[in-house]
Amino acid sequence: MNNRLINWFKYASPQSFYPIAGKMIPWFWALAAVFGVAGLYIGFGVAPTDAQQGEGYRIIFLHVPAAWMSMFIYLVMAFWAALGLAFNTRLSGMMASALAPTGAVFAFLALWTGALWGKPMWGAWWVWDARLTSELILLFLYIGFIALQSAIDDPRRADKAGAILALVGVVNIPIIYFSVKWWNTLHQGSSVSLTKSPSMAMTMLWGMLLCALAFWMYSIAVALMRARSIMLERERHTEWVRALLTDKE
Amino acid sequence: MLTLIRAVISRDLRLAMRRQADIVSAMFFFIIVVSLFPLGIGPEADLLRKLAPGVLWVAALLATMLSLPRLFADDHRDGTLEQLALAPQPLGLVVLGKVIAHWLVSGLPLALLAPILGIQFDLSNDALWVLTVSLLIGTPALSGIGAIGAALTLGVRGGGVLLSLLVLPLYIPVLIFGAGAVDATVTGLGPQAHLSLLGALTLGGVFFAPWATAAALRIALE
Repeated sequence: MNNRLINWFKYASPQSFYPIAGKMIPWFWALAAVFGVAGLYIGFGVAPTDAQQGEGYRIIFLHVPAAWMSMFIYLVMAFWAALGLAFNTRLSGMMASALAPTGAVFAFLALWTGALWGKPMWGAWWVWDARLTSELILLFLYIGFIALQSAIDDPRRADKAGAILALVGVVNIPIIYFSVKWWNTLHQGSSVSLTKSPSMAMTMLWGMLLCALAFWMYSIAVALMRARSIMLERERHTEWVRALLTDKE
Repeated sequence: MLTLIRAVISRDLRLAMRRQADIVSAMFFFIIVVSLFPLGIGPEADLLRKLAPGVLWVAALLATMLSLPRLFADDHRDGTLEQLALAPQPLGLVVLGKVIAHWLVSGLPLALLAPILGIQFDLSNDALWVLTVSLLIGTPALSGIGAIGAALTLGVRGGGVLLSLLVLPLYIPVLIFGAGAVDATVTGLGPQAHLSLLGALTLGGVFFAPWATAAALRIALE
């Protein structure tokens, strides 16, 4: 037990994490490509045309995984932030700031693909629906996190300030979600909800799950790449970075 | 504990009273923003009545936010904040005192001004009452949540704009329930549900926010 603990903390230092992350990145890229191709093939080639929505529904193969990832990445980010505050590890802050842009991109993608789907289905690019609004607020939270971190020059302070913001945001997310929901029920009733769709064909579900897996792998690969650059930038004065860079030349 | 909070409140109030221009300018900002809407939208009474809750609440959010950067900036500049952080009493309580003082000079006057501005929007007497009550209940949460943002952006480049970016998304629930309470009164539903949720938000915010603020202040002071 003790041994295992030591092993885990070994990879909490940038010096030992950097090479192992470098080794893992190509694998995650490969998996992302495999799952992506399979998911898109099932989504656009195999899955049947929806009876009510026609071909337009196929955007969900990108939309739903993007929305899932945008929410999940925020939780992971808050997890790293809490870990960084509790254990004062350098790597946690780096992971949190490496994840934020990916999460923001997914939140934006979810909104954008949702708008593309909403125009033919609802007849509007944007509706002040509970889900749309809370996803928009999530995007704002990501942008606030990124803006705060980039405004603070000292990386340690940026990490900790960002961590507090991420944790406050994560407390607020359920409140925002439910407040928006209750607020919305006053104004408009029904809207199309994917979770309540009566019957989803098995192939559709598979396509969506494969695409979600592809997005997962992509997120991990990109976050690790970004974390590696952040490591090099912040640790540029240390021996190991200098050794690494001179080796390459 | 109570003496500490009371001391912080009376100190901050005295400082605020010596600089009344700050308070008055925030009030006039509130009045001007609210007055701009009828000019921009047009004077139809029906439309204004419908818009009033949202407009008044959004203007209150913005006016509160305008006064937030000063919450810690002056104390930070002259070193008072460091002394407060070194004091044996928990920093969270000091922050709680400062939040209450901030509410007394920003939230409370807003709530008292709001019914007068509500008359301009042709709100009924009931709606004016609910508007005042909802602002009285809701603005402490604004001061509390805003304190976190003020502490995080303390001494940071472009702090003012950044503060609005951080704090406004977190203000959304307060806005929804505050404006919702007035809206429910205008449309004939009771405001009780909205007011209760608003009260819950305020209690939660005022209880938890000082501790997050204290943690953020310690980071800023490192």
